[in-house]
Amino acid sequence: MTDAASVSDVSKRFAKSPQAALDHVSLTVRPGEITGLVGPDGAGKTTLIRILTGLLHPDSGTVAVLGAAPGARSVDIGYMPQRFGLYEDLSVQQNLSLYAELRGLNRAERAAAFAHLLEFTDLKRFQTRLAGDLSGGMKQKLGLACALVKTPRLLLLDEPSVGVDPVSRRELWAMVQGLLGSGIAVLWATAYLDEAERCARVFLLSEGKIVFAGPPAELAKSCEGRIIRLTGFAGSRRDLLVRALDQPEVADGTIQGDAVRLLLRKAGVPPDFAKIGAGTALRSEPAEARFEDGFIDLLGGGPPGTSALAQDYAKVPAQTGPAILAAHLTKRFGSFTAADDINLDIRRGEIMGLLGPNGAGKSTTFKMMCGLLTPSSGTSAVGGHSFAGGAAAVRARLGYMAQKFSLYGDLSVAQNLAFFAGIYGIRRDRQQARIDALVHIFALERYLADNAATLPLGYKQRLALACAVIHEPPVLFLDEATSGVDPINRREFWCHIMGLVARGVTVLVTTHFMDEAEYCDRIALIYRARQIATGTPDELKRLASGDADMTMEDAFIALIAKADAAREAKAA
Amino acid sequence: MQRIRAMIIKELLATVRDPRARLTLILPPLLQLVVFALATTLEVKNFDVGVLDTSGGAASVAFEERLSGSRNVGRVVRLHSADELRAAIDLQTVLAAVVIDQRFDRDVAAARPARIGVVLDGRRSNAAQIVAGYLGAIAASVGAELRPDTAPQAGPASVLRNWFNPNLEYVWFTLPSLIVIICSVSALSVTAQSVARERELGTFEQLLVSPLRTHEILIGKMVPPMLSGLFNGTLYLVAAATVYGVPFTGSLLLFYTSLVVYLLSLIGVGMLVSTLSRTQQQAFLGAFLVTVPATLLSGYAGPVDNMPAWLQTISLADPCRHYLVIVLGLFLKAMPAREVWLNTYPMVIIAAVTLSAAFWLFKAKKE
Repeated sequence: MTDAASVSDVSKRFAKSPQAALDHVSLTVRPGEITGLVGPDGAGKTTLIRILTGLLHPDSGTVAVLGAAPGARSVDIGYMPQRFGLYEDLSVQQNLSLYAELRGLNRAERAAAFAHLLEFTDLKRFQTRLAGDLSGGMKQKLGLACALVKTPRLLLLDEPSVGVDPVSRRELWAMVQGLLGSGIAVLWATAYLDEAERCARVFLLSEGKIVFAGPPAELAKSCEGRIIRLTGFAGSRRDLLVRALDQPEVADGTIQGDAVRLLLRKAGVPPDFAKIGAGTALRSEPAEARFEDGFIDLLGGGPPGTSALAQDYAKVPAQTGPAILAAHLTKRFGSFTAADDINLDIRRGEIMGLLGPNGAGKSTTFKMMCGLLTPSSGTSAVGGHSFAGGAAAVRARLGYMAQKFSLYGDLSVAQNLAFFAGIYGIRRDRQQARIDALVHIFALERYLADNAATLPLGYKQRLALACAVIHEPPVLFLDEATSGVDPINRREFWCHIMGLVARGVTVLVTTHFMDEAEYCDRIALIYRARQIATGTPDELKRLASGDADMTMEDAFIALIAKADAAREAKAA
Repeated sequence: MQRIRAMIIKELLATVRDPRARLTLILPPLLQLVVFALATTLEVKNFDVGVLDTSGGAASVAFEERLSGSRNVGRVVRLHSADELRAAIDLQTVLAAVVIDQRFDRDVAAARPARIGVVLDGRRSNAAQIVAGYLGAIAASVGAELRPDTAPQAGPASVLRNWFNPNLEYVWFTLPSLIVIICSVSALSVTAQSVARERELGTFEQLLVSPLRTHEILIGKMVPPMLSGLFNGTLYLVAAATVYGVPFTGSLLLFYTSLVVYLLSLIGVGMLVSTLSRTQQQAFLGAFLVTVPATLLSGYAGPVDNMPAWLQTISLADPCRHYLVIVLGLFLKAMPAREVWLNTYPMVIIAAVTLSAAFWLFKAKKE
């Protein structure tokens, strides 16, 4: 069968950028299967897709799309850009009509096509709603429907699942898979490595270069026999992981429920378990290799476990009350209840994860807990002090980091650090020493004079973390702080967080990465404004199905399905 | 204090390092210093006049010579028929046409009152009126020369003397007024962007979770527009006095004191726009929406006294109106402190109202 699209030896460099966006990239997309274009933000995924649509021209190399030059067969291409390419001021129906017009769909065929798509995406109830008023998951489905309005031969999806919760991601995946039977070729760009695992073939991009091409299992295979799963160890799983990561024999490690999962550099050469204080009851068993293991291995392994940031961090003194408290938190916007009676009691040195589908009330809860929103009723407090009273003094005790890395892009790295040092009231004579220490820890020396906006994503995230902890807060609020970041940087980030927690820092975190949820001591699942489950990751898994071996994502989806079933039973 | 200091430094850096903000700060004042001062003038100079002369006698020739000799008249276009005249006005080759008919020379010779006709382009009513005045003056002086016996008795009945601006130099009015306009444009646009930019870039929440208090954030955001306003005011003050020779007769202390109050009232309005805007684009349009009426109601474009009463009442809420009076007063007539204060206190009220409204809205709209 001929390829739906083929790219060979394509390079693209943007003016002002020292690095090539695409560096001699070759790739093929075959009909009837999903081809994954995988890589962290800034790897070159969007550039490549825009070249395939004809929106950008490569500097060198050849591109053929549906047997012609890019852009020539645009009628047969479905393209869903990032942020879904919707017109937010048009209704669902108007968006569909517009795309039908643009793609030259006959008027006669429209009614049938719309009926099918609305059925398929379950958007029938929302035909008249403005696209801007849809939730993230629904926008994503509408974006897909618009791309499919005239059945394409090639479907280009640019990160359709970014910022979307696991339930919606799974639904979208099923929808696209359902299209394959008719011979559509799909190119799916994603930063989620677990999604890559489900593609027929994967092209892994890193800094503009293809570092792997082939079936995902092939990459995982390179790590076969090098994965071990440790259980029954003494002490906390995070401490064990940190110590294990410091060992030269260990390339990478993650937490999986009550177990610690390690990728060894050499098969059969585990670290000295006594040295990492694993205890005598330790059990080590081989485990299955995954795509992500292969990727990390390809990049030369993850960072060491011990965090330089945590080493000189002010130890948070023991305290009796909860470090972060939410008591009967409720937020109503008019007649709509966004969060309903949320109760959380987070101890000093605990990581609490806040999970939930988009629009379920997770963000509302998070914002009330860090003082950005005033609750309609109930109280939130940090270190025993409520936000209602002297809020500024409470705010001085917390660090905050949001997904967009709220830095001042026009200010240099040094100026950003100086600003945060200033507003958090670090004494002038100590500011420079603190800034120098952070610059050293996060290896920002090279970028000090650069505008924050021009930093590579991983460094932006480091700078954001540096700014968030500049005043050594005893409490950290992290709102999807790793979204779009490559796995190495994410691991480094979590090593810092684990180090801080060991010093007594308390962390509240929201994330869409289910593997990150595993780092949490406890997780609260928010769904339809209510806190439907709270407990350790393994408790939630057991609650979902009685089986602690399932993935966090499966548990998440099962618990939500349970909540739906309970609500329907009640209604019936 | 340390927090405010950090906030102010950050705001200044953000304004200076943002290429767009830098452009709005520097380019418009300089551009307008040149363009406004030279282009917005109500004087009519170098206008072209058509002449349809069917008389051709000595008197009509004398009139035409005087016409082309006038320093305000550019070109004198000779016309040969009524159709040509119509076309010349229609195509705007001339602003006015003088018609001298056959009776003119006869009437002059016979010592009867002689008449010339003037056709003016009413589409440019203001300029046409002024030109009519010029032409009348030329006709009168030609008449006095041709028939001194019929001219009014020597020694005119009234002598015109223009106080404060003896030669009625138009730049003496324009340049001081421009301080008002430029400060309003730059202060409003810089302030309007400030909060909206943070909201759009996502840094707003980062500020709100920090120990910064609302007033500290707002004070920090007031400094860049204040400094840019003071800079522009000084630039115009110096340029007006040195380059354009406009006398500054009042007190510098009063000038700067009232300028600070004026800027505060503008910043208050800009801050209101900014807290209400979700994006920088909204803020930009909002600032535009405020700047244009503020300029028109200030009295710069046309005297406030000419406006209908209800509009005059509304114009009291326009800080530009009050500051225009002060600036013109300080430049041209050494306005005393008492008068300056009478025009300053309305701006104090405007600043107090808008700044507290912005403060309150900022707190309320945090969520």
